[in-house]
Amino acid sequence: MTQLANSPKEHLLVHAERARERVKELKESPVPVIYVGCATCGRAAGALETIAGFEEVLKDNGIEARIEKVGCLGHCYAEPLVIIQNPGFPALLYQKIGAGEAGILVRSFLKDGSDPCYEYLIGALETDENFPTLMDYPRYLYENRVVMEHCGLIDPDEIDHYLAVGGYLSLAQGLEKGGEWVLEEVKSANLRGRGGAGFPAGRKWEIARKVEKTPKLVICNGDEGDPGAYMDRTLLESNPHQVLEGLALAALAVGAERALLYIRAEYPLAVEIMERAIVQARGKNLLGANILGSGFSLEVSVFKGSGAFVCGEETALIESLVGNRGMPQPRPPYPAVAGLDGLPTVINNVKTLSTVPTIIRHGHQWFRSIGTEESPGTAIFSVVGEVEYPGLVEVPMGVTLEHLVVDVCGGIKDGKELKAVQIGGPSGGCLPASLMETVIDFDSLKTVGAMMGSGGLVVMNEDTCMVEVARYFTDFTQGESCGNCTFCRIGTRHLRDILHSITIGEGKMEELTDLEEISEAVIKGSLCSLGKTAPNPVLTTLRFFRDEYIAHIEEKRCPAKMCRPLIAFYIDLEPCARGCDACVACCPTDAIFTTSNRKKAIDQEKCVKCGECVYACPPEYDAVRRVSPPEMIPDQGVEPLPDTEKEKEESK
Amino acid sequence: MSDNLVTITVDDQKITAPVGSYLLPACLENDIYIPNLCFLEGMDDPPASCRLCLVDIEGEAVPVASCRYRIFAGMVVTTDSEEILKLRQLAFRLLVSTNDGSCRTCIANHGCELQKIAKFLHQPLKTKRLRHIDREYPELVDNHPFLVYEPKKCVLCGRCVHVCGQLEKGYKLDFANRGMDTIVSFFSSDSDPASHDCETCLACTEVCPVGALSSKVKWTSFVAELEMKSAQKHKGGQG
Repeated sequence: MTQLANSPKEHLLVHAERARERVKELKESPVPVIYVGCATCGRAAGALETIAGFEEVLKDNGIEARIEKVGCLGHCYAEPLVIIQNPGFPALLYQKIGAGEAGILVRSFLKDGSDPCYEYLIGALETDENFPTLMDYPRYLYENRVVMEHCGLIDPDEIDHYLAVGGYLSLAQGLEKGGEWVLEEVKSANLRGRGGAGFPAGRKWEIARKVEKTPKLVICNGDEGDPGAYMDRTLLESNPHQVLEGLALAALAVGAERALLYIRAEYPLAVEIMERAIVQARGKNLLGANILGSGFSLEVSVFKGSGAFVCGEETALIESLVGNRGMPQPRPPYPAVAGLDGLPTVINNVKTLSTVPTIIRHGHQWFRSIGTEESPGTAIFSVVGEVEYPGLVEVPMGVTLEHLVVDVCGGIKDGKELKAVQIGGPSGGCLPASLMETVIDFDSLKTVGAMMGSGGLVVMNEDTCMVEVARYFTDFTQGESCGNCTFCRIGTRHLRDILHSITIGEGKMEELTDLEEISEAVIKGSLCSLGKTAPNPVLTTLRFFRDEYIAHIEEKRCPAKMCRPLIAFYIDLEPCARGCDACVACCPTDAIFTTSNRKKAIDQEKCVKCGECVYACPPEYDAVRRVSPPEMIPDQGVEPLPDTEKEKEESK
Repeated sequence: MSDNLVTITVDDQKITAPVGSYLLPACLENDIYIPNLCFLEGMDDPPASCRLCLVDIEGEAVPVASCRYRIFAGMVVTTDSEEILKLRQLAFRLLVSTNDGSCRTCIANHGCELQKIAKFLHQPLKTKRLRHIDREYPELVDNHPFLVYEPKKCVLCGRCVHVCGQLEKGYKLDFANRGMDTIVSFFSSDSDPASHDCETCLACTEVCPVGALSSKVKWTSFVAELEMKSAQKHKGGQG
């Protein structure tokens, strides 16, 4: 059959045809098919136990069904996610399916087919008369899944699943039309690097393409290290072949013969899946020598990073590749000109590369029709924090923060108020609720002191202290500084120390000027972008939440009642219920005692302000109060229950 | 040094230097002093880590490290603008905020680059405004067979790491840890010379701009002398 095919596209269509047949078999399976989201996030939520649960109950009930492991849909709030394709029904998506729920689903839905268990149902994947569909939910409706289109729906370990949905077609097309054409398409699409800085990918490729030195190298940067961010991991684990296809297209455009996937070792599943994907792609001649008979060859391998945040910076990444300590190097020369071993080296983020096949497939005009003029395409955010529906969200560039947080992610949990969002990872900025109309794109975010970053978004409510947030992120960047340049190594440490002293009530007003002065110098003087952006959380919180800093310093008060040295807990005797001991049992330091009228009070000397009693107090009483500064505790005339009374009670 | 010389302007002074060579050494050769700690003559790729040699260059949006900036014809350099001075002063204050500042008992006293730069930048060697950061390391690491390292004096310029890497056997010392905990490490706490594979060339001690890395022999005699002096003073005081 292969002898007949002569162009890359024809070669590919042979693979695709076979893949479609295999997938059709699955889609039209006479027995139910259970798809379980088994990316790292799903596993952490218990997806493997869910599978074991399904297997056991299916066996016990003598039901034949297929179980397929798929990647992640990005709906973290609903994990473990399960899609059930039961003949006679549309494919249905279920949420929070543990082993117990798995049993119920098998017995009620698969065994007699009568009850589709609406209590766990989110909806049908496609429009259906009898079921709500996913598009009925704002979260699904407002998202525009371009890069994540197939995530959570296909098996990452099956290259056929990707081939069946048109995978590697872009590569075949690119091979037919040549690297120059691919480069022009991506340049015309104005695809900007999704790793943070937003540098046009096409321009980077062009620089490397024009350098005469060979061999050239393309690296996929999967060293995602922002706290709370997991976009790259999800893409690597859920649709590995899309990353590989993007990598191959980039190599084609640049004229590279070697490609590397730099994935942090903390992502063992991603490493495993990518390694398998490479073997599969090579097996179908989609990688390796003479790809699809085109004459273009590409060797791809995986390199495991050792966990330094700074290695996400491209020059540090290269240092670590050759076995050196991961320290950023002054640029120029840029890696695209002289990178690994002095050879032209293009480094692109996982998201950037994952976007490339979609551009080649649908054309640059289509891509530019999404998003904004200067930032076309979509943005993938991992939205975490105090939001109703946290998870991975793909929205077109140009939507407002308000839309993303409120409409797409359901707004703030528990009826609280939105206070701020931290956008752009540890070196992004904290934007207040008043700036929620800010448009999400590379340039707009910069003008308000934040940045796109690689897509981390932390949503905070009124109970979050902004000084503490700044301290937390500065502590992170200080700890991850490579220690090379003076400003970053020592400057961020001073920032951290000052912030720390403010959160414990020992700050001084003049230190606010120090914070600003040091921040500005660190931005101006640091060698790499880790240092150049590290003070962003400090500067934005100072700019938008200065009153909180002042309250900490002048009144020794934490307005969010979060900084422990500045708060105290007491029990309001009015709502406290006589005879209730809920708080006593949970207190780790035995600080809660019974008062003379048999209610409860806190011994401030013993209290360590852990806040456990707040959660232990039954909601119908809700008697534990938090105050700041600690002197605010009202005098309720609390007297401990006399020992004689206690003894009486005990003898009863 | 022949036909590739070009003329550049540094603070209204015209100097000639080879095109494509680094700016810092050209300035130093022409008696234009720019403070520096991490640069060494002949380095191919200076680390540009101390950030003291920042200068303004016409056409560049931000200050650049002159040790790593290549000369081009007609470039206009400002080394003494107010902004540059402020940045350098802060970099210096940051550096000394982590040092113990005990010049009198330091082996590098009077020959120390920090003292020279302090004079040039009109900065005290003990910063008042910034709090002192006490690095959580011992005063002295003396388990190396030939070397003595005083972590609290180290400015982490990396000169020692660089010269050691130039040797045939390569990198017998390198940086370890991250952030403020960064330190120069010998990667062995064994005092047996065999475990170090160090060449006794002491090249690293010769390039140390401060008193952080010294030859054990020199250091021992320096300490002995110091003790003798203090004993004499003590005696004299009593008599």
